[in-house]
Amino acid sequence: MYPAPFEYYRAETAQEATELLSKHVGAKILAGGHSLVPAMKYRVAAPSALVDIGRLNLNYITAAEGVLKIGALSTHATVASSDVVKHNCAIIAQGAAGIGDQMVRNRGTIGGSLAHSDPQADYPTLVTCVGATIKTSSGKSYNADTFFKDMLTTALEENDIITEITMPVYGSGTGGFYYKIPHPASGYAVAGAAALVTVEAGICKRVSLVVGGATVNPVRAVEAEAYLVGKAPTSENIKAAAAMVAQVIKNPMGDGYASGAYRTHLAGVASERTLVEAVHRAA
Amino acid sequence: MAKLVGQPIKRVEDPRFIQGRGGYVTNITLPGMASVAIKRSPVAHARIVSIDASKAEALNGVIAVFTGKDLIDGGTGKLPCGWNVPNIKVPDRWAIQPVGDKVRHVGDAVAAVVAESPYIAQDALDLIEVQYEELPAVIGAKSAASNKTLVHDSVADNITYTWPLGDHAAVEQALAESDTVVTLDLTNQRLIPNAMETRAAVAQWNRYTEEMTLWTTSQNPHPIRLLLSAFTLGIPENKLRVISPDVGGGFGSKIFHYPEEIIVPWIARKIDRPCKWVATRSEASVTDSQGRDHVSTAKLGLKNDGTITGLFVETHADMGAYISTFAPLIPTAFYVCLLSGLYKIPSIYCNVVATMTNTVPVDAYRGAGRPEAAYLVERLMDLACRKLKMDPIAFRRHNFIKPSEFPYQTPVAMMYDSGNYDGLFDKAIASSGYHELIAKRDQARKEGKIAGVGIAGCIEASGPAPSKVAGALGSAVGFWESAVIRMHPTGKATLFTGAHSHGQGHETAFAQIISDELGIPMADVEVVHGDTGKVPFGMGTYGSRSLSVGGSAIVKAAEKVRTKMIKIAAHQLEAAVEDIVFDQSTGKAYVKGSPAKSKGTFDMTFAAYTAHNLPDGLEPGLEENSFYDPANFTFPNSCHIAYVEIDSGTGRVDLQQYCAVDDVGNVVNPMIVEGQITGGIAQGIGQALYEYGAYDSDGQPQSATFMDYAMPRADCFPMIHTDRTVTPSPHNPLGVKGAGEMGTIAATVTAANAVMDALAPMNISHLDMPLTPEKIWSAINKK
Amino acid sequence: MGQWVSITVNGKNYTREVEPRTLLASFLREDLGLTGTNIGCDSSQCGACTIHMDGMAVKSCTVLAVQAHGTVITTIEGMAVNGKLHPVQQAFWDQHGLQCGFCTPGMIMSISYMLAQHPNASELEIRHQLEGNICRCTGYQNIVKAAMQARDELHHEHHQHMQEQH
Ligand SMILES: Cc1cc2nc3c(=O)[nH]c(=O)nc-3n(C[C@H](O)[C@H](O)[C@H](O)COP(=O)(O)OP(=O)(O)OC[C@H]3O[C@@H](n4cnc5c(N)ncnc54)[C@H](O)[C@@H]3O)c2cc1C
Ligand code: FES
Ligand code: FES
Repeated sequence: MYPAPFEYYRAETAQEATELLSKHVGAKILAGGHSLVPAMKYRVAAPSALVDIGRLNLNYITAAEGVLKIGALSTHATVASSDVVKHNCAIIAQGAAGIGDQMVRNRGTIGGSLAHSDPQADYPTLVTCVGATIKTSSGKSYNADTFFKDMLTTALEENDIITEITMPVYGSGTGGFYYKIPHPASGYAVAGAAALVTVEAGICKRVSLVVGGATVNPVRAVEAEAYLVGKAPTSENIKAAAAMVAQVIKNPMGDGYASGAYRTHLAGVASERTLVEAVHRAA
Repeated sequence: MAKLVGQPIKRVEDPRFIQGRGGYVTNITLPGMASVAIKRSPVAHARIVSIDASKAEALNGVIAVFTGKDLIDGGTGKLPCGWNVPNIKVPDRWAIQPVGDKVRHVGDAVAAVVAESPYIAQDALDLIEVQYEELPAVIGAKSAASNKTLVHDSVADNITYTWPLGDHAAVEQALAESDTVVTLDLTNQRLIPNAMETRAAVAQWNRYTEEMTLWTTSQNPHPIRLLLSAFTLGIPENKLRVISPDVGGGFGSKIFHYPEEIIVPWIARKIDRPCKWVATRSEASVTDSQGRDHVSTAKLGLKNDGTITGLFVETHADMGAYISTFAPLIPTAFYVCLLSGLYKIPSIYCNVVATMTNTVPVDAYRGAGRPEAAYLVERLMDLACRKLKMDPIAFRRHNFIKPSEFPYQTPVAMMYDSGNYDGLFDKAIASSGYHELIAKRDQARKEGKIAGVGIAGCIEASGPAPSKVAGALGSAVGFWESAVIRMHPTGKATLFTGAHSHGQGHETAFAQIISDELGIPMADVEVVHGDTGKVPFGMGTYGSRSLSVGGSAIVKAAEKVRTKMIKIAAHQLEAAVEDIVFDQSTGKAYVKGSPAKSKGTFDMTFAAYTAHNLPDGLEPGLEENSFYDPANFTFPNSCHIAYVEIDSGTGRVDLQQYCAVDDVGNVVNPMIVEGQITGGIAQGIGQALYEYGAYDSDGQPQSATFMDYAMPRADCFPMIHTDRTVTPSPHNPLGVKGAGEMGTIAATVTAANAVMDALAPMNISHLDMPLTPEKIWSAINKK
Repeated sequence: MGQWVSITVNGKNYTREVEPRTLLASFLREDLGLTGTNIGCDSSQCGACTIHMDGMAVKSCTVLAVQAHGTVITTIEGMAVNGKLHPVQQAFWDQHGLQCGFCTPGMIMSISYMLAQHPNASELEIRHQLEGNICRCTGYQNIVKAAMQARDELHHEHHQHMQEQH
């Protein structure tokens, strides 16, 4: 399987990349290539040109003043092993460590994953959970909660390049966890749930619970979140909260491996398990 | 030299593979080589109205585009069936379906492109325009028989053959007189073999000598050459050389004769350039013959004391869109004839209805018929235990064929050679800590977990034999094997074997045998296989036959070599032949009583070639052959035990412990045997828990990539514990039985039984494989 | 419409003109004749094509040759040094970690990288980290054993190395 022919341009700066993109109609951004190249091999994608942004200076991770900044070209492996991420927003590192396999993690980038917005991908769920902001080369900022629009579709404008993802850091008292139920063949999430829980004096102060995999875009389990806030994180309360997750799952996707009903159920299972672990980590 | 047979000798073939020097077909590059790609049908059933290749032909770098008509007009023939059961209807199958004819499965070939590079060839495929008149797809092994649409006009009711065996009336009577009858309706799902190397073919035409060389990823190059010569390509055998170099796994799927083995050499001769075709994985998923796909109903008659009285089975076997080379053998002799399992079953009747559907052809896949039989029999045994509230081991023991009863004639044609099934179970129970597993399960259940222990005792018939019987059953080929041992003047040996290694380690195991037989170091033995230009003839490797049949031929040929060497030594030592002792541990020959004065291998082989001093009447040279035709199958048997726990939230099965005790007779290389068993187990568990080559009602494959078709990964298994009992096969000089398929045969049902045991407290008696999380979760929650 | 790439493979620099769509796996296999890197799938799942690029294991079927411009690559052919097998290669041989050998180069490249990242990987971690490599022959058992042998051997080598330095 080989891609159809295309022109190739290697950009050295974001500005150059933007220029190349606007100059070549039908051109696409190439980052790690781990969603785009497989699609091109199957010829479900056949861009006339690729603008390779792989060498832009967007491979960095910093934390300052309560904000963690991850350059869009940071690979999943970099994020997963980054001490800065582990200290400031551990859930992101833990989630990144479960994407694909070690080879995929060495090439795939956070920016690429978010731009691609695969329904079964992990990052969209993760960044929505932590309330990340997605920044672009044109100076736009998107709230993760409203960034993912549909199947493989985001709010990103044509030719705009994701440059940075920022997110609030969290420390002791808050725990986060991503529980993924992977497909046995593809490794992508059949269902995945990300939770961030702040516990103060035995009571849940803040809860963020987002589930992905079952629907085209990740969804926030608002009822479950509201239910838990102000309550003790007991297993009964968590169970009850997880039982509410199904309410937010509209039009679940189904296939031969997992029906929509089953995915909806799994979203609840993953939610319960991830909440338990998040609470545990908050301690 | 210590005896090598029985030792875990490290494989001599490994250094090339671990350093990236495996000689696979796909690695071959020849000067001037062109690339072939095949245009395939995206629909399951349609009439080909027209093909317009003009745009493709106009593409820079495209050499030519050929259609089915070009190949037919060019002298290629229909793909034959190599196993003709009585009254079978074998529909026409061309290498490429011509315009006016139909495509009959997604992936059926409609045109071939040859271009300067594989990239351009793929570009050209996108430019070929094919007009189809779509027809309804025939899907489902059983429902095909009542479908109004015909896959082939020549096959009425979509039934290519029926194959009844056994005394129907006797079984009906036995069931009627039973205290109780256990019924089971099951589907044994379609599998995709997925050897990691996809199929490939390289062909080179020699315009000077008019000889064709075809490199192909085949498990049996000689039969492929025979079929190409006699039926499909029309190049005589003496002008056609077929080479299967290193082959990256087969599991049955590379036994068969495939269209590309016709297309690629045909084009190479046509354009007078070497040509290469390598299947993409997506192509492999819709063109490699697939496995299993049975729909069965079974009834087992029982007395209240647990005695089995009779077994009735009706099976619909899906053959797919065409009859693949050995397809009719699989659900017949390889399946029905194994339905007696390890048990005395007074009467058995099975009727097989083989149907055609708009799916990829089905043929042998690791185990081939025998896992289907073992699955059916051992699922029934568990259901019988449940019904009678008997212990699964006590029940099985009660019905075992006892050691004193061998040779044992089953009601389904097989004559079992030997076995000690109680001993086998004793060992498995001890090795696995069966009783502790039961205790662990019971404890887990007390803690609210879903846990189960599965046990199964399985029989395999390996090394199909003898040729005469095979012929009577419909085989177009023999089941003997050949070996030629060429002793070189310097005392080194080359073995030419008709068996073929695609991972089984023949280069090592066969050299071990020769080393022991002739007393020369393994390093002095070269094993040659997979080349019709070098090996006189051979049947290749499948059905776990290489060692029992091919290995026996080696022993016989070595015997002849020794005999001649002894004659030479006797002459040199001026003694009578009867007085010569040939020491197999050193390769030295001496006169009885005086070992000090001996002749070494070199003395004898060198003399054979100089011929200066040979006994009168003895021909020079030292090369001997044997064509060994075994008297019977061998009957490996096994007892496997598994412990599983099931995640009640997701329904996911966690295989926590697995123990396999197998009787494969004598063992030449225990390391290789263990590797074969664990590898086989992985594929068996793959079927039980993960794999399914599904089609939708339009005949669209639902798992045609590795993104969808779930094969087990490393984290699906615990360390598997393997152990052995040894009852040597009386039928061959090595006393060996097959080892390549036992793991798969036993593991499928062992894992399934473990899961069903786990679900027993919920009154779930049977679920079809694969036992995926959703299926289990739905059953638990009665969804 | 060619694109020039300059890539160091197994210690040797190659500068070649390639079509942009050339996959790194094809570049290695066809342009450089390094056929040890195998191709087992078209969905980036099987790992047979795994190589090291700038020290990191990657699936060369999912990287364009142009993306590899300027990188340093090791393939299976470059693992043995002066005829001495890499500990992972040796372990595959010792433990019967291969049958047909088709997945083996990718497995060896994947495991050697894994052990560099996780020198103390447990059996379970090894099994888990192997999720990107499919073997259809062995049932993984002996591959996992080989990885464990190599892990221990690399430890041993590491200690010896440290001792020599002191
Ligand atoms: C075998 C395999 C298994 C995988 N398993 C998982 C998994 O379990 N979970 C998971 O989440 N993902 C998985 N992935 C996907 C992987 O994470 C991809 O790397 C990721 O989705 C895309 O990142 P990339 O850098 O490779 O993007 P590319 O493939 O280069 O690009 C993807 C898309 O995003 C666009 N794009 C890329 N970067 C930017 C940017 N900075 N700004 C704007 N647009 C951009 C591209 O134009 C393209 O349309 C898997 C991939 C493979 C091959
Ligand atoms: S060939 Fe690269 S992952 Fe399969
Ligand atoms: S050894 Fe054959 S695929 Fe792994």
